[in-house]
Amino acid sequence: MTFVRPSFRHPQQPTNALGYVRKDYEGLISTLCAGCGHDSISNAIIQACFEIPVEPHKVVKMSGIGCSSKTPAYFLDRSHGFNSVHGRMPSIATGANMANRDLIYLGVSGDGDTASIGMGQFIHALRRDLNLTYVVMNNGCYGLTKGQDSATADRGSRTKKGAPNPFESIDLCEMAIQLGAGFVARGFSGDKQQLVPLLKAALLHRGIALIDVISPCVTFNNSSGSTKSYQYVRDHIEATGTFDFIPLQQEIVVQYEEGATQAVTMHDGSIIQLHKNVGGVDVTSRRRALDLLEAEREQGRLLTGILFLDPESEDTHAILNTTLTPLNQLTQAELCPGAAALEQINARFR
Amino acid sequence: MKPTKIEHPEYFHRVIDCQYACPAHTQVPEYIRLITAGRYDDAYMINWISNVFPGILGRICDRPCEPACRRGRVEKEPVAICRLKRVAADFKESIKARLPVPPKTKNGRRIALIGGGPASLTVARDLLPLGYQVDLFDDQSAAGGFVRTQVPSFRLPQEVLDEEVNYILDMGVNCHFNHYVGSLKEMLGRGYDAIFIGTGAPRGRDLPELPGRKEGDRFIHVGIYWLAAVLYRHIDRIGKRVLVIGGGNTAMDCCRTARRLGGDKVKVVVRSPRAEMKASPWEIEDALHEDIPIHDKLSPLEFVIKDGRLAGMLFERVEGQVDDQGRRRLTATGEAPVFLPCDEVLLAIGQQNAFPWIEKDIGIEFGRNGLPVLHEITHQSTLPQVFFGGDAAFGPRNVITAVAQGHQAAISIHLFCEGRDLRQRPHPRVNLTGQKMGFHDWIYDSHVTDDERQLVPTVEKVRSLKDRLLEVELGFDADRGHRESRRCLNCDVQTIFIDRTCIECDACADICPVTCINFIVGGDEDDLRSRLQIPADNREQALYVSPPLPTGRVMVKDENVCLHCGLCAERCPTASWEMSKFTYHEAQAEDV
Ligand SMILES: Cc1cc2nc3c(=O)[nH]c(=O)nc-3n(C[C@H](O)[C@H](O)[C@H](O)COP(=O)(O)OP(=O)(O)OC[C@H]3O[C@@H](n4cnc5c(N)ncnc54)[C@H](O)[C@@H]3O)c2cc1C
Ligand SMILES: Cc1ncc(C[n+]2csc(CCOP(=O)(O)OP(=O)(O)O)c2C)c(N)n1
Ligand code: SF4
Ligand code: SF4
Ligand code: SF4
Ligand SMILES: [Mg+2]
Repeated sequence: MTFVRPSFRHPQQPTNALGYVRKDYEGLISTLCAGCGHDSISNAIIQACFEIPVEPHKVVKMSGIGCSSKTPAYFLDRSHGFNSVHGRMPSIATGANMANRDLIYLGVSGDGDTASIGMGQFIHALRRDLNLTYVVMNNGCYGLTKGQDSATADRGSRTKKGAPNPFESIDLCEMAIQLGAGFVARGFSGDKQQLVPLLKAALLHRGIALIDVISPCVTFNNSSGSTKSYQYVRDHIEATGTFDFIPLQQEIVVQYEEGATQAVTMHDGSIIQLHKNVGGVDVTSRRRALDLLEAEREQGRLLTGILFLDPESEDTHAILNTTLTPLNQLTQAELCPGAAALEQINARFR
Repeated sequence: MKPTKIEHPEYFHRVIDCQYACPAHTQVPEYIRLITAGRYDDAYMINWISNVFPGILGRICDRPCEPACRRGRVEKEPVAICRLKRVAADFKESIKARLPVPPKTKNGRRIALIGGGPASLTVARDLLPLGYQVDLFDDQSAAGGFVRTQVPSFRLPQEVLDEEVNYILDMGVNCHFNHYVGSLKEMLGRGYDAIFIGTGAPRGRDLPELPGRKEGDRFIHVGIYWLAAVLYRHIDRIGKRVLVIGGGNTAMDCCRTARRLGGDKVKVVVRSPRAEMKASPWEIEDALHEDIPIHDKLSPLEFVIKDGRLAGMLFERVEGQVDDQGRRRLTATGEAPVFLPCDEVLLAIGQQNAFPWIEKDIGIEFGRNGLPVLHEITHQSTLPQVFFGGDAAFGPRNVITAVAQGHQAAISIHLFCEGRDLRQRPHPRVNLTGQKMGFHDWIYDSHVTDDERQLVPTVEKVRSLKDRLLEVELGFDADRGHRESRRCLNCDVQTIFIDRTCIECDACADICPVTCINFIVGGDEDDLRSRLQIPADNREQALYVSPPLPTGRVMVKDENVCLHCGLCAERCPTASWEMSKFTYHEAQAEDV
């Protein structure tokens, strides 16, 4: 087994607008199982950050526990990072985000980490619309602890050597839409053509952006009875429609192509242009999005792509009306203005 | 694009850049791995089988393999393939017992070799084990051809030359030295079954029309004759100020030899711009290191004679220009002529073929440049039993080309003597050996080191300039040799894709450090090349395309900068990539 990746890269590897090459966004060599969907998502993250482009040192990557939560070690080596305890990534992300609003927050979690032990944390991050890209690497099982069914496993689905799952499954996307998330999407690790632009749009979205990425666990949950295997997902996938993500820098040249059914302008002026949406649905309508998810589920199909997008959403800082200067840059005098200021504040409540 | 036919022996051969570029198709990565393993004898034998003169070539080969080396495309410099060959030769123990022994009973066929250079010696080596009687004729006192008479000892010590020439002569060549063949007709009359002509390109170009040439004759020498005279010790000194005219390797040997015979102001003067000089970059570097400046874009006008002695030369300044046909031409700039003072001049402006001893009426046709008309692959002349090889065949090249042509001529001669069709060439012997050892372990060392090309130690300049017999390069020691050998990327360990089992999980494409692997919708070659994650613009390198996969896409691998690191195979959950060592053994006479 090789534990070091050769340091050579393609001599013609492109440079992005910030002067970085893709290698500047890479991490250590993965220790996950060969063929794990999570590795593909890591690569999509690298590609998205390279393409946007973001400055590596402006990104904070955070995670909980699980194979999925290990992946931040495998991308963005030059970014900030914090590997929290199981299911607690949202709290850590909230703290960091409150302290420094100027960074780009990328949270990586698993279906176990999010839908079981971390559920309480997850829903509050959604409610508060934390400015965070929340990626769930969803394999329908607890990969790290050897493949037990997770709360996103479909009823009746079977992991390798497991019995059919008797419980109802949680649809994280539906939940996120209900709880007010402004950007909700679903991807598949085996389709980078869709996943990379999803990640790019999510990273630039202000407020919480949830991407539930179906990511087959080749070792424990890629068998014929599983609804999260490469084969099953490929056979049942349905996209809300193809879309183009047009970053702000290119806005001037945007042309509304024939057949484009909807264009949504994001906070920073970037544009998402959707084509051939399923049933011509309006992705900015919460109710229609929920309807569509339910309808596709009834048909046994897995809907992917951008599911819901609220271009007007506000993040926690806006909701709380915090200062524009990141808290960690305020001085002692500003943070602790002294007894006189306290007296003034108290006076207002008298 | 249709799925790639990897069964075609040339497909993977092309991936092994060095072996493919080597005229004799030496199994380079194989011998380099053997050096890493410290198996110098085995490494030497791999070489000896293909290129016949590993110790010699490990010093003086023109090394077409090195500019082709894959490592040079992903890093600053290629693997020092040539110097590693020398490592094998320097550190081997005795390999005599492993050399082929010609059979006691001969096959009854007699062959004459005219000229005793590397081409003829290769023919001898290939045919002796098959039972041929081989008679060799050379006008010099020992075999080796130009390698003996031209290549200076400070680049190639005589012992090394003797050792490898003798391996062949000791197999039972009947040598006729100091024997100038003055008539091919007479040779034909001796009843040989076939005659091989390996007489090289023995005539040095002169500047007979240049003013002052006759008057200055004592001080003006044709480089190749002068080098031979130095070797035979007819000449042992030269004037202090020397001009060497010419920009090829002969010029480099002349100037460096002149430095060792008392020339302290030696200059090379060349017509073409410096960047277009024919000499190998490393030879130019060596000359510069020995304080020999190169004056370019100067075309000789006149030898200036004063008081019966050569005083110097006049040159016209020229410039490279592109004419209406798009050809590069050197034209005079019109500036005043440049005078360079000197005591002696060495002319190294090229060699020519000359066959005054071949009668015009015996059926051997000559074409352009006085070269014989030959079949390009079989080397057969218009007189069926006469074959040419080496510099005599297609004009002056180098030793490794002479060797490769010797192998081809030997095949032809053998086919000819057997009465078979010369154009039905024997096929290369190829083989694929899986490299899987454990779950994720390989038989070969797949690790790619970051080490840069090792520098070769040399003798101190003050010492080496005093002694023309002292070899300048000392060669790698075992440790440096090992470091260098590990730089090889094992391009013979091939990646084989098994489309039937691939689940298109992307793991291989994700892990590949150099972004070789792509899963995309099919198309024609140009289209595919342009749509890869990193466009494949090196057309010398193949695309490996699979049949359509379940999603309708195809796997396209750009072979260009694959590091053969095996990570794709390690990361594949379904073992759909195999690492297999591809052995390509170029056919020789014994394979007929
Ligand atoms: C100065 C110089 C330096 C060189 N350095 C290199 C180098 O570093 N690396 C490299 O790869 N190549 C080098 N070469 C080229 C290389 O020497 C030749 O390409 C190579 O030797 C050709 O081999 P051959 O067998 O065709 O003929 P040759 O080596 O030329 O041998 C031909 C032999 O035939 C003899 N002969 C000719 N006519 C007759 C006749 N009628 N009867 C009997 N004998 C005859 C000649 O005297 C000679 O001995 C160099 C050449 C020169 C001139
Ligand atoms: C507090 C706590 N409880 C339980 C565990 C055991 N544990 C480790 S990983 C894991 C499940 C991870 O599943 P998921 O988030 O889906 O990640 P995956 O490995 O599938 O990517 C569990 C239960 C733990 N590490 N900490
Ligand atoms: S156990 Fe499953 S989730 Fe974990 S690395 Fe292996 S394949 Fe991926
Ligand atoms: S061996 Fe495989 S992973 Fe390594 S460089 Fe070649 S294609 Fe890429
Ligand atoms: S890693 Fe194996 S199964 Fe996955 S895409 Fe590559 S060849 Fe196919
Ligand atoms: Mg999981």
